[in-house]
Amino acid sequence: MSEIGVWITALTTLAIYSFLYRDNPFYKAAEYLLIGLTVGYSLVISVKTVLWPGLVLPLVGGDLAKIIPLVLGGLMIIRLVPKLTVWSRIPLAVIVGAGAGVSIPAMLKARILQQMGATVGHVASLNGIIMLVGVIATVMYFYFSREQKGILQPVAKIGTWYMMIFFGATFGYTVMSRVSLLIGRMEFLLGDWLHLLGG
Amino acid sequence: MRTRLPVIICGVFGVFMAAQYFITAEPVTAMYRAVLDWMQIIFVCALLVGILNVILRQLKSAARPGPDRVYAGIALFGIALMVVLGFGWGIGRGSAFLWVFNNVQAPMQTTVFSLLAFYVASAAYRGFRARHFESALLIAAALIILLGRVPIGEMISSHVPAVVSWVLNVPAVAAKRAILIGIGLGMTATAIKVIAGLERAYLGSRTR
Repeated sequence: MSEIGVWITALTTLAIYSFLYRDNPFYKAAEYLLIGLTVGYSLVISVKTVLWPGLVLPLVGGDLAKIIPLVLGGLMIIRLVPKLTVWSRIPLAVIVGAGAGVSIPAMLKARILQQMGATVGHVASLNGIIMLVGVIATVMYFYFSREQKGILQPVAKIGTWYMMIFFGATFGYTVMSRVSLLIGRMEFLLGDWLHLLGG
Repeated sequence: MRTRLPVIICGVFGVFMAAQYFITAEPVTAMYRAVLDWMQIIFVCALLVGILNVILRQLKSAARPGPDRVYAGIALFGIALMVVLGFGWGIGRGSAFLWVFNNVQAPMQTTVFSLLAFYVASAAYRGFRARHFESALLIAAALIILLGRVPIGEMISSHVPAVVSWVLNVPAVAAKRAILIGIGLGMTATAIKVIAGLERAYLGSRTR
């Protein structure tokens, strides 16, 4: 990283960390700069990597089939004109319908059948039995078609125990990932910028 | 027409995209790929709608007198900088566009995420009180994961990494699988309702 790059990165990093004291103009300026850069980045990347090679170049090359996505995309963009918003329902219907259609076999296979297969496939071991009990109990916790009384109540209770362990593990991982990001930023500020770290 | 045509289009595309999974004929596969391309282009156009909306809002804020004027100007400067660099000098390796991304945008994003470390710690301090058996389990799982993934865990006991591995691979996976099965069932049911025209929320609130 060049010296000017280090300084820009250090100053924007400090501006964002100033929020730890309280909301202030430096933080707000950095926040708006980040929003602007992200919006600009998304605009350039989406046009250069999708619209240009996937729509404009084929159309210029004479691929008339690309007129359909051109019209659908155009109908989506005219959503910005309040009187014409209703036309954007057509491209919305295409992506929602096609997305729903694609998701049915994909969900059935990956989220239901494969997960169930992996669960019942290892019941010969103690861990396999513990896992099977956990999956059934947790699924029963989300069974709302009947009031959770009788046998359903203790089974759902066991499900909550499994979920708490899962949420705790997820929370632990989240804390670790955020702390490692913080360590990275501190290493940058103290090492690359201020040269206080040895080695 | 305002409601019926989109519902019919949604149903036709939904049935086709679900049915193509079971049909291997080349014309059907080619049509499936074409629809995926169309979806990608529509997604980008939807993103453009959002981007243009942000630009219009910032322009309005910049035109109004007040303290937000400066911040809107900074946001517009950021957008203009990336657009000029990206379209003017390209986005390849060694470009100014990539330099701004690597030296300004990416570190700022990392810093914003790292800010959460402080708030996660303060939330944990306030929220982690073992009032019930369930909350005690949550705390224990979090602490075991935290201890097991740093060197001090192994210094406390050589069994800590094995316990962490068991917690992650058995009870945590069981709950995750059950949640995934629930999500799968819910998404399948919602997809069928959308294709059948029973779920029309995507068309806006006036159509319900």
